[in-house]
Amino acid sequence: MTTQGIIKQGVYYDSVTLMTVTQRINALEGIVDSSVVMGTRENKAILESAGLFVSDFADASDTDLLISVQAENSTFAQNAMARLEMILKDISSSEGSHRRDTARSIHDAVERLEGSNLSLISIAGRYAVAEVRKALDLGLHVMLFSDNVPIEDEKRLKEEARDRGLLLMGPDCGTAIINGVPLAFANAVQRGNIGIVAASGTGLQEVSCIISNRGAGISQALGTGGRDVKKEIGGIMFIEAMKALFEDERTQCIVLISKPPDDEVLSLIAKEISRTDKPVVAMFIGANSEKVGQAGALPAHSLSEAALLAVQLSLGKPVEDVRAMLKSIHDEVGSLAKKLSPGVKGRYVRGLFSGGTLCHEAQLILKEHIGHVYSNVPLDPDYLLSASGEGSFHSLIDMGDDAFTAGRPHPMIDFSQRCKRIQEEAKNPETVIVLFDLVLGYGAHVSPLDEILPAVTAARRHSPDLLFICSVTGTDDDPQNRQAVTESLRESGVIVMMSNYSAALLTGHIIKNITS
Amino acid sequence: MSANQLFRQPLKVINTGIVTFKEDLHRLGVDVVQVNWKPPVDMDASVLQWLKENRGKIDKANREALDIILGGKPFLVGMGKALDTIPGMKQNLILHSGPPVTWDRMCGPTRGAILGALLYEGLAGSIGEAEALASSGEIVYAPCHEHASVGPMAGVISASMPVFIVKNEAHGNYAYCTMNEGLGKVLRYGAYGTEVIGKLRWMERVLYPVLKAGVEKLGGIDLKNIIAQALHMGDEVHNRNRAATSLLYRILAPAVVDAAESSAAAIDVLDFINGNDHFFLNLSMPAAKCCLDSARDIPYSSIVVVMARNGTDFGVQLAGTGGLWFTGEAPVPDALFFPGYSMADANRDIGDSSITETVGLGGFAIAAAPAIVQFVGGKAADAVQYTMDMYEITAGENNVYQIPYLNFRGTPTGIDVRKVIEKSITPFIDTGVAHREPGIGQVGAGVLSAPVEPFKKALKGLKTVCEKDPKK
Repeated sequence: MTTQGIIKQGVYYDSVTLMTVTQRINALEGIVDSSVVMGTRENKAILESAGLFVSDFADASDTDLLISVQAENSTFAQNAMARLEMILKDISSSEGSHRRDTARSIHDAVERLEGSNLSLISIAGRYAVAEVRKALDLGLHVMLFSDNVPIEDEKRLKEEARDRGLLLMGPDCGTAIINGVPLAFANAVQRGNIGIVAASGTGLQEVSCIISNRGAGISQALGTGGRDVKKEIGGIMFIEAMKALFEDERTQCIVLISKPPDDEVLSLIAKEISRTDKPVVAMFIGANSEKVGQAGALPAHSLSEAALLAVQLSLGKPVEDVRAMLKSIHDEVGSLAKKLSPGVKGRYVRGLFSGGTLCHEAQLILKEHIGHVYSNVPLDPDYLLSASGEGSFHSLIDMGDDAFTAGRPHPMIDFSQRCKRIQEEAKNPETVIVLFDLVLGYGAHVSPLDEILPAVTAARRHSPDLLFICSVTGTDDDPQNRQAVTESLRESGVIVMMSNYSAALLTGHIIKNITS
Repeated sequence: MSANQLFRQPLKVINTGIVTFKEDLHRLGVDVVQVNWKPPVDMDASVLQWLKENRGKIDKANREALDIILGGKPFLVGMGKALDTIPGMKQNLILHSGPPVTWDRMCGPTRGAILGALLYEGLAGSIGEAEALASSGEIVYAPCHEHASVGPMAGVISASMPVFIVKNEAHGNYAYCTMNEGLGKVLRYGAYGTEVIGKLRWMERVLYPVLKAGVEKLGGIDLKNIIAQALHMGDEVHNRNRAATSLLYRILAPAVVDAAESSAAAIDVLDFINGNDHFFLNLSMPAAKCCLDSARDIPYSSIVVVMARNGTDFGVQLAGTGGLWFTGEAPVPDALFFPGYSMADANRDIGDSSITETVGLGGFAIAAAPAIVQFVGGKAADAVQYTMDMYEITAGENNVYQIPYLNFRGTPTGIDVRKVIEKSITPFIDTGVAHREPGIGQVGAGVLSAPVEPFKKALKGLKTVCEKDPKK
């Protein structure tokens, strides 16, 4: 086996592009592993741990491209290098600088695109701050997808944005829908009169999809990034986004989604709620709902409930009906559980999530039925999963967490880690249910079934009694088409539920049935 | 624009980073422009912090420098022998292009040109003698730039060579440059054969006196005016000088006929100029040089006043750092080679001709020269993009030099080294390529992006210089 590396100076490609290049190279004959990354310190460390580091790389800087190929022999390695050169050249000529819709800087871009009003930024966090400032100076609203932005910078930039009347969604804002346009990781939902403010990306996706699938629609869906509702930031953008929706004529009701905000922030949000005549639904996953309830909001206890309440409000129907709807979901899930429970083997559920908020919601629901479950992002720190993330007892893992994504794409794009984990859990005789989510939409993997179905099929062949329970977050207008995905999953023996809520509920019921 | 205004407008997105986000938006019919973002050049945090703190001062100094550069009025006012004309010129002094370099580090073409100059001066009788003399320590070497001069390629100027005298009428300073020898085996590409020396002697004996008398009769030629016109006629006055040479020819012809002792001499002189499309290069260069030199010694200015290569090193000087050179290894140009030659024959980048880019011409104005886009990938759009990129690193736009294709937008002028570092875009330079061995000559022509190293050092150097004398 041989490992070969070269450095290319002065070229830059975004990380997603480089990852697709790597995937293509790995598929070549005789290639064991490969990597094409910019020469940052973090990337060098990753190369080292992957055995793809060559000594020349030591002096490379952030602006150098490091190419490393591990192959069965040097002929394979050289072939791969040659192929790689061609692929990179192709990318440069189709995506390179010599196109009308490609600019060298944000100033250049503003000149090229008259009336530009939003800057979507997804470069590495440490560079993002400077770009955000430029965008704000140019009077642009900003969606900042990047993470790893220092919290002091986040605060300063958000204050600046607020003072200029601009939105700064993020850092770490993965989802937004502005004027009907899905941005970054978002779904093709109907337009309508429901506005959303969310400090949670997948929460926003799940709620907007359920709303759209139930015949209502979204006016604007604004993300703030998860840290906005923490004490340090003080909910600056959450509040600004609420105000914007209160003023927006198209928006008739509003859904607020977040993990539990800081107490003071929650008070600020409650105060803001009491200022509007528009109905507000608040889903602060696991938080005490008293404060917002007193301020006049309808508290929801799950993403599904929030969506259902919003749909009723949107269509002018009584919100009281939601209770009956939830009951019928419970009844249906309960009888399905009864049908599935006999004959299963094993004891524990193993949840493998790509959506952080979905993992969180599932933990809450399971807690009601079977008590606390272990997780790498537990509700209660006592239930923190060991560092290796080995499944123990009941456990739900957020595979979008930093520990899994360092140097890799998000699990909504790259299924390899999850597929590997599915196989491992299937081989464990203690596993009774593999619970997972599938998030569709823009930004996500275009054909996720190509990745997940072979893994599921192989696992089911090994453990035919194992239950696979899955929820699909998406719409039929998404590039992947929700219905087609659902049908294929079912054909492969996966139990597909209509929401993350009902998937978790079903899991809870089955476990309860087994243990009692 | 408030969020509520945004909600009422069509969404128009600028995407910086992940390209698939742009592609998705494009497919949805949303107006979107991708920013081809690159990480900035690694720089000491202390330098960045200093730049931030002194932003106002630097901006102000740069405006001053740019105004001086744009206000330059270069005129060809006369000719003379180097020894009598160039300040500090001596019998045993040989000037060369680029930053300072010792004989042992000199590249093949520079050595070849120096050997040729020693033969031409009669200081050596053979190549063997010339080689011995060149390395003996009796001959002193200095950059042209340190003697108000510029030279293309090897840029060698010796005592008896005739030079153009160009005056910046706005500031009263001068710049000097030899006459262009034409293409093929020529001294500036490091050739030193009998024919090379013969041509130099002819230039001194026949061409020089006639041109000198002609220029004197004309009483000065406005070079800025010729360059501005030439840009409208497809020149960028670095790798293409055909239009400028033609314009000069029209101005010179009657004066040459008038000044020549015989019609045969007049025909000789006019045929020589007519037969050399690059004749004007040796005027566009000193024209640029005298405008940039007048912007020297402006404290805190991060504007580049010299970019020059000696075939070994690439050197930069700033308006705010006096006579200091900031250097890095010169790259080998990406070139179109003459038949029989390849990249393996090419010398590292060489010549003072990048003074044209420094003043907003050459590679910076390549969008004005569609006839030479083969050098940049073959499409006119490529040339336009290179010029567009240079707007990203310049302090302003030229008030006189314009690009017709860009609706007569002024050329990008006044390289701000801060922007070079921040955007990780280095100046784009047109260039000729010399053979790496002495005595052979030109093997191709092409383009290159300047190395980043000298610019990094220059920015650090600016901080050091300003901190040494904070009163300024």
